Amino acid sequence: MDSSFPNELFEIVEGLKKKSFSSREITAEYLIRIKKSDPEINSFITLCEETAIGAAIKADEKIQKGTGNLLTGVPYASKDLFCTKNIRTTCASRMLVDFLPPYDAEIVSRANSHFLVMLGKTNMDEFAMGSSNETSYFGAVKNPWDLEKVPGGSSGGSAAAVAANLAPIATGSDTGGSIRQPAAFCGVSGIKPTYGRVSRYGMIAFASSLDQAGAIGRTAADLGLFLNLIAGFDDKDTTSIEKPSEDFCRHLNSSLDGLKFGLPREFFNSALDAGVSSIVSHAIGEIEKMGGKIVEISLDNSNLAIPAYYIIAPAECSSNLARYDGIRFGYRSVNPESVEELYEKTRSEGFGDEVKRRILVGTYALSSGYYDAYYTKAQKVRRLIKNDFLEAFKIVDFILSPTTPTTAFPLSNEKEDPTKMYLQDIYTIPVNLAGLPALSVPAGMSDRMPIGLQIIGNYFEEARILGVANRFQQVTDWHKLLPDLILDKSV
Amino acid sequence: MTDNWEIVIGLEVHVQLATNSKIFSGSSTAYGSEPNSQASLIDLGYPGTLPVINEAAVNMAIAFGIAVNGTIDRESIFARKNYFYPDLPKGYQISQYDSPIVSHGLLTTDPQDKLSGVPIVRAHLEEDAGKSIHFSRQGYTGIDLNRAGTPLLEVVTAPSIHSAHDAINFLRRLRELVVHLRICDGNMQEGSFRCDANVSVRPKNSKELGTRAEIKNLNSFRFVENAIEFERSRQIDILESGDSVIQETRLYDEKNNQTKSMRTKENEHDYRYFPDPDLLPLEIKEKQIAKISQNLPELPDTKRLRYGQDYGLSVEEISVLLSDPLVSDYFEETLAHGALSAKSCFNWITGELFRLLKKYNVKISESRISPADMALLLGKIESGIIPTSKGKIILQTMWEDGKLVEDLIKQEIMNLSTGNENLEEWINETLSQNKDQVTQFLSGKKKIFGFLVGQVMKRADGNTDPKIISEELSKILQNLKED
Repeated sequence: MDSSFPNELFEIVEGLKKKSFSSREITAEYLIRIKKSDPEINSFITLCEETAIGAAIKADEKIQKGTGNLLTGVPYASKDLFCTKNIRTTCASRMLVDFLPPYDAEIVSRANSHFLVMLGKTNMDEFAMGSSNETSYFGAVKNPWDLEKVPGGSSGGSAAAVAANLAPIATGSDTGGSIRQPAAFCGVSGIKPTYGRVSRYGMIAFASSLDQAGAIGRTAADLGLFLNLIAGFDDKDTTSIEKPSEDFCRHLNSSLDGLKFGLPREFFNSALDAGVSSIVSHAIGEIEKMGGKIVEISLDNSNLAIPAYYIIAPAECSSNLARYDGIRFGYRSVNPESVEELYEKTRSEGFGDEVKRRILVGTYALSSGYYDAYYTKAQKVRRLIKNDFLEAFKIVDFILSPTTPTTAFPLSNEKEDPTKMYLQDIYTIPVNLAGLPALSVPAGMSDRMPIGLQIIGNYFEEARILGVANRFQQVTDWHKLLPDLILDKSV
Repeated sequence: MTDNWEIVIGLEVHVQLATNSKIFSGSSTAYGSEPNSQASLIDLGYPGTLPVINEAAVNMAIAFGIAVNGTIDRESIFARKNYFYPDLPKGYQISQYDSPIVSHGLLTTDPQDKLSGVPIVRAHLEEDAGKSIHFSRQGYTGIDLNRAGTPLLEVVTAPSIHSAHDAINFLRRLRELVVHLRICDGNMQEGSFRCDANVSVRPKNSKELGTRAEIKNLNSFRFVENAIEFERSRQIDILESGDSVIQETRLYDEKNNQTKSMRTKENEHDYRYFPDPDLLPLEIKEKQIAKISQNLPELPDTKRLRYGQDYGLSVEEISVLLSDPLVSDYFEETLAHGALSAKSCFNWITGELFRLLKKYNVKISESRISPADMALLLGKIESGIIPTSKGKIILQTMWEDGKLVEDLIKQEIMNLSTGNENLEEWINETLSQNKDQVTQFLSGKKKIFGFLVGQVMKRADGNTDPKIISEELSKILQNLKED
């Protein structure tokens, strides 16, 4: 690895501004790194070499003329569920293996209008359903810290790419922890904004009421910079929220003195891995040292979050994925005898096991006679969980927890028992059900694998969450660690 | 035997809202374009696209709610109705289920009695599906998604209609209402106003509803009537033979005038309705309702009473005018331009003007004769300046040559007076060529006068008022007598 190029987004922005390097040079560097390392990691589904170089040249012109924006010329990676015009967007599914969207997702257009450089489309769990990235039709992503282990999911490609320095920042989506869990597993930072903060237009839906776009980067400050670009009201998405624009970096250096941090007693119990527990306790100690007050709180209904989530998310998914019928776009089974057979074969062949499992669960939960017992009840639980958080935020400013109960697990370990895998998201799912913003930052290592600290804030408090995370990163250097794989390559 | 049974009918009417763009996308809703030329990525259900509600469709539903004196829900919810069909792009239809925008309305069928009528249980907003076009000989089916996403207001009545006649009466009134509200063009052939009928029979005086059949594909009033009559006999036959009616969906077959089973209850879809997470609850503000209420056009019931009282038109005549608000507008505008008889105005519009509209296949809104021109012409006819037969010719000339009505009328009056200038000459010629008849007249055979007038008319080529001819002729004959 060429040490003349920085790794963090903030530094790249500085370098481009000072003309220490051009967009074309740094873009070429990232493309070289991807070609070198990614055959092992498999974090990209599609590499956009030509368009990236073209975009970088255009960005350099803008920079030369002084007509660029802050992020002009910055390379980034896009999770492969954001539609990119004329660049295939697969959702890591056979169903969309050759799908060329005729339009750009809103956040992609925003990046394009600021002349960022998209390096490629990152790997993920199929249709964002999974916590290990093993459900991808394009093969599992490997954790750069240990190629025998999973990177987490569903934004595993984005997290692994950032961890391996194959992109300074990447977009992700988080329905039940899909940004935070892989960020934690890969030792990078990831933010899921408040539901409605970032437009969902052009983001291929899994569970519409939970899906939220966000980003994975090396530092909290980098995430703030990137959020400034992608966040904001979009009239094409009715669920996006109209608020005056704000600078997500404005609290990066705010003091933690006197701020109250809640620790949900339900999250610190025997299910928590001892290594993770001790690292997280140590991280909490750092926050305390900076003046934060630690308060024990209760989220009474958090044990109901996983069952409620696994009703609501599959229910919405069963309907959202009905459009993949082989009629208008995507995979189509050959020579069906009837329209029923066309549906049956297309969907049987086009979807993987986990997607099919969730469609079946969701279809069942919405069926007449079961709707009230499952869907209505799950919605009630969802309200209870939201109320728990609202009560907690009357007492505290933030809630701290581990991002995941364990560190990254070995590949194909949990594949046989899906319900065990579902428990991976025990600390992240309640946040999605409530629609709150939360972030994961690297907080330490256990058995040479990274561990994430989750910082949850009240609605629209992204700037303050990023502030806490940045202060934490000012006194720790877990986010600066690089996996051996990358260090070896640079020799 | 059939007298022992009572038929119970509930109607579900799909009113296609006359918005310019679709209910959840910006695509045009115009009818008859090239297949799939009016389907955007949203209409095609492309991955990642999201619906955004068209405010115009909401406002039209509110106007309907106000007009039927219904409850307008301040927060109604869009739900997904899930089923697979090739012309349903997303695999679900966005509709309303638990909380429709309008409920508890009443459509009055007697303008004198505000309390009688057919209860509207609910009216909800939804998107239409596309069309499947089956090319069975070639062995494939074409999908046209131009219609997908067209806004519909589904109006559901209580099962409180008890004859095919009353069902048709209700449908006519409903159609009249939605066209007057300008929320639907009412075109049944193009499918802008479609109806499904739920039909059951029960023993007279029974309170319980019988098992119903839902009849689909009724795209004319006649078909509705025929299908209900057929269904009534079919169900009574079943019940009288001791069997029971099964709950099912039936399709009306217009060729054979009968209904045929489409699917039974066991094969009905489980639509798995649930609130659409892509759309927030639809909030309606008091102010919005007040504004629409203020701008509501005159409703057909009010118009019907007024036309009866002010113009003395018959019930049938009023219905003709109310079938299209543009016709009643034309009628009223014509009357406003001159003190004319409403009756003759009605006759000219529904007679001569309709004939021309039909001949040139245009709508009244595109008529080449304006209400002002029509009023001017009718005024001249009513005051006897222009004969009716001439009026018809002038109307046609106005239409075909695009000449100004003023010029045509002037010309006509001139023609008539031109005729007068030559009148004396024609009379003299006539008298000299018919000396025998003149002698007979002078000797007292008064009947000959008519013959002589006819002869003068011939010379005048029909261009002179016979009244004037008579006057002039008798003057000249009087002179001859005195000589």
